Amino acid sequence: MTQYLLSVFNTEGQEEPSPEVIQEMYADVDAVNAELMAAGAWVFGGGLHPADTATVVSARSGETMITDGPYAETKEQIGGFWIIEAADLDAALDWARKATVACRGPVEVRPFQDEPEV
Amino acid sequence: MSPKSELTSAGSEVTAVDRIFREESGKAVACLIRLFRDIDVAEEAVQEAFMVASEGWPETGLPPNPGGWIVTTARNRAIDRLRRESTRENRHAQAAVLYTQSEPDPIEGPVSDDRLRLVFTCCHPALEAPAQVALTLRLLGGLQTAEIARAFLVPETTMAQRLVRAKRKIKAANIPYRIPRDADLPDRLEAVLTVIYLIYNEGYAASSGDELVRSDLCDEAIRLARFLTDLMPDEPEAIGLLALLLLTESRRSARTTSDGSLILLGDQDRSLWDRELIDEGQTLVRACLRRNRPGPFQIQAAIAALHSDAPTAEGTDWTQILRLYDQLMAMAPSPVVALNRAVALAEVEGAAEALAQLDGLHLNGYHLFHATRAEMLHRLGRVRAADAAYGEALARATNLAERRFLEERRHLNGLTEERHS
Repeated sequence: MTQYLLSVFNTEGQEEPSPEVIQEMYADVDAVNAELMAAGAWVFGGGLHPADTATVVSARSGETMITDGPYAETKEQIGGFWIIEAADLDAALDWARKATVACRGPVEVRPFQDEPEV
Repeated sequence: MSPKSELTSAGSEVTAVDRIFREESGKAVACLIRLFRDIDVAEEAVQEAFMVASEGWPETGLPPNPGGWIVTTARNRAIDRLRRESTRENRHAQAAVLYTQSEPDPIEGPVSDDRLRLVFTCCHPALEAPAQVALTLRLLGGLQTAEIARAFLVPETTMAQRLVRAKRKIKAANIPYRIPRDADLPDRLEAVLTVIYLIYNEGYAASSGDELVRSDLCDEAIRLARFLTDLMPDEPEAIGLLALLLLTESRRSARTTSDGSLILLGDQDRSLWDRELIDEGQTLVRACLRRNRPGPFQIQAAIAALHSDAPTAEGTDWTQILRLYDQLMAMAPSPVVALNRAVALAEVEGAAEALAQLDGLHLNGYHLFHATRAEMLHRLGRVRAADAAYGEALARATNLAERRFLEERRHLNGLTEERHS
């Protein structure tokens, strides 16, 4: 078993979908969540507020600094994520297929470094 | 002959080890990957086993089953190494050692399935295309990193990095060693066939460099296609690909002049075509057609078979070829297929019709698009427009033999008279 981070990307500054579409999206994501839990693949997941609510903390020679805004200066920001457990990449990609349809955004699949301790 | 064996041509036993390396290393690596679930461990162990072989075999002679000997030796070396490295912390290595010891003799296992699993791993869609090609050549073809780098004209360090990155991703992301389930098989098989096709194509129409054909890559692609049809005898597209490669290969020696310039299909000396390859290719095409599950590679093979059938360029059944291109366009439309279809259309309905089709294609960056346009314009007597189109083609062609060919055609065009219609 490998744990994977499934990040959903949003493009900042794009037109907000209509409230109906957003409701549909929530329902679809809930369905994926329920399926993940039923399959025992769910570890954690959630949606995030827009990237302009982010704060960056960094350290230079022992001094910490706080800056407003997201770290990466790009329009493509993480809008939410899942951590899942899957047998292999093919299984993780199957979940990502469902996730991208539900979220209406591209999903990046990235393996965690350590296998979970059993 | 691989460059490696040219370097080590001292003594026939050394050459025999090289030959066996080319034949057996893919099988051995695939088997060891199944046992140890680790590409680096498998590759290193197989390399080591061949080192032992190249030292021992010249004195003792070849063992009765060299491939099996390599697998057993490599497995034992890998177990020794993992045992040495396995500490309390390194439970993976311990598990691998225990696992392989409880396995029956690896030689008895389904060795061919190992390679099939591995080719699907190498051509996994999560890996970028150049990495798929490089991994396939390295792990299944047994090519050295330096050889692959030379074939694709990239520095060895670049190729090494590409391979390291791909292997790391397979391990970290846990890309499986598995024959895909039925629902995914058509797409995944297509990816494998495309990689083999790319390898052949790079060999046949080298995208740069002096030689038009890099035959080692062509040979390797045919070997891979053959092995795939052996392992998946019920996949008509795999057979179609093999047929396509064999039929294309049959014309290799007729395709260039002694000084390396390109000769077009219509101008080739057909007596130079390799009848044996043509017969094999045509038999395969017929076998595909009987299955009646057509696909893009089978159709391209059928087109190649029709060319091989024609005793002369004039005797080519262009109407049938055009029909096959129509089928190909319906099944797998692409601008390049449309370009090839236009060439057939020119033979059936004339250059003006073909030119009208070409002008709707978005292939501005592709030298053969401009070369084909130039050819049509030349046939229509539009000398000045043809000259400009040859110029466009030359500005984009990187292969020396192709450039020389285009320059000749352009010169020839310049000698004809402008026709006004």
